[in-house]
Amino acid sequence: MITHRAIEEGIAMEIGKTSPEYYKACSLIEMNELDMDILGIAENTNVQVFSECGQVIVTAVIGKQICDPGLCHIRQGVWANQIVPSRTQSTGAPQYSGFLVTVEPAPNERVKSALELIQSAVGLWKEL
Amino acid sequence: MPKIIENVGCPYCGCACDDVRVTISDDGKKILDVENACAIGYEIFKRTSYEDRIILPRLRQPDGSMKNISYEEAINWTAHHLIQAKKPLMYGFGSTNSEAHAAAARVMDLAGGMLDNCATICHGPSFLAIFDNGYPSCTLGEVKNRADVIVYWGSNPIHAHPRHMSRYSTFPAGFFTGRGHYERTVIVIDPRHTDTANTADFHLKVKQGHDYELFNAFRMCIQGHEKDLPDEVAGIKGQTIYVIAEIMKKARFGTVFFGMGLTHTDGRNHNVDIAISLIRDLNTYAKWAIMAMRGHYNIAGSGVVWSWMFGFPYCLDLTKHQYAHMNPGETSSIDMAVRDEVDMFINIGTDAAAHFPIDAVKHLKKHPWVTIDPHITMATEISDLHIPTCICGVDVGGIVYRMDNVPIQFRKVIEPPEGIMDDETLLLKIAERMEELKKEGEER
Repeated sequence: MITHRAIEEGIAMEIGKTSPEYYKACSLIEMNELDMDILGIAENTNVQVFSECGQVIVTAVIGKQICDPGLCHIRQGVWANQIVPSRTQSTGAPQYSGFLVTVEPAPNERVKSALELIQSAVGLWKEL
Repeated sequence: MPKIIENVGCPYCGCACDDVRVTISDDGKKILDVENACAIGYEIFKRTSYEDRIILPRLRQPDGSMKNISYEEAINWTAHHLIQAKKPLMYGFGSTNSEAHAAAARVMDLAGGMLDNCATICHGPSFLAIFDNGYPSCTLGEVKNRADVIVYWGSNPIHAHPRHMSRYSTFPAGFFTGRGHYERTVIVIDPRHTDTANTADFHLKVKQGHDYELFNAFRMCIQGHEKDLPDEVAGIKGQTIYVIAEIMKKARFGTVFFGMGLTHTDGRNHNVDIAISLIRDLNTYAKWAIMAMRGHYNIAGSGVVWSWMFGFPYCLDLTKHQYAHMNPGETSSIDMAVRDEVDMFINIGTDAAAHFPIDAVKHLKKHPWVTIDPHITMATEISDLHIPTCICGVDVGGIVYRMDNVPIQFRKVIEPPEGIMDDETLLLKIAERMEELKKEGEER
């Protein structure tokens, strides 16, 4: 797994992190078509991504910036950081890229909003 | 009549483009049009005219809601908690001016706390390599005017620094590069087929996390050991590595721009260290420079200012009062957060809640959390206190340092909403209030 900046994420971030644009731009996992076929994942369906430190539900798409089989990408931001390991190799910088993940189809699961993910993590989220 | 302001600085990425044209309304309060900026820069200027701008500090109440309070109350709350905290951390600073960097240093010096900027999760590993191995760099103007070979390694400027290629590297015609991109060879080294790779003459699809081996292979070629190269290194054929190494050796002036592809993955500072060593080798044959693709428009500024003040650019430990100490891994924000070492967190000019691993956010939230930010962010929505401020480059001016450490004077283009403070004024008032409270006998 790698997590990096994308211009769609940058624009949406400036519109606002609670905006639909940010949700649409960042709650995605970009994968290789072959990997999606092998894992039985249809494009634009939801998947659950597990790492050594957490999990997140995101929507699977075939990346326009092509990842080779075995490599996948979530744009930097709230969804990616649910699974980014905080270990820093004693440099201060977390393992934002190059960590192992498992991707499973989860077509019936819901992709949470940025606010729900962050506020739930710290006990502030209230269902309306 | 609307007024046009020329040569405005853009408060987005490390390019800090200073050729933006902004049209403002008659009363100087609204931005009507923005020209020359990238899509992201355009959005920053546009957002300032949103009606929902927060103009008063907000304090979280026991029921979880936020209540408007005065600036005076917010300053007092922050000063009081800073004095009470044993090891407060102030973090952020990529998106504010250098005047605020200096003011923040005064606050944390008084508090005896930790001071860190977003380089800690970004180009911090690059600093470690630069401390060990030097920084043979140049300005972006030199790249524009001289460079005929450009290498983007682990960086994707089309997405992260949208005008970098058109203003400084690939496309512009310079003094010795009159035919622009026709005279340049562009090499992209990235495990993904990025949009930047689409513009390159050569794309080397390095195996993710194996950059160090590829740098080593290039060094073998430059040092004349190409015959000992294996058939393949880090997913790249030996013959390709040799061909690219020869292009690098024959350059008139080459520049390597490196990004998070090196600093966020395995190897971290070691990847940058060997990149600098490659530049040293290349300078035996040709003129080469290297530059970090700094993310925020003024992330370089806090490093410069704090280096003057304390001798270190980030991860500062000011708890000892008499002298500063720096040791990433020990004094870095993420490491301290996950070890639960800090007992107060002030987030300014960046959004730690959105951009820290969630584990670090959970730990930091156990203690008082103040966010100083013009907009609603993830950090403001979990913090105990949100203090809104002016937007640097839009409704307050100031000095910013571009990615090549060139200082640029950003200007104010519109009037801020009435009553709203800028970061520097706010931080200096917090420092003044801390001094008052200490005189009144408040101690931890």
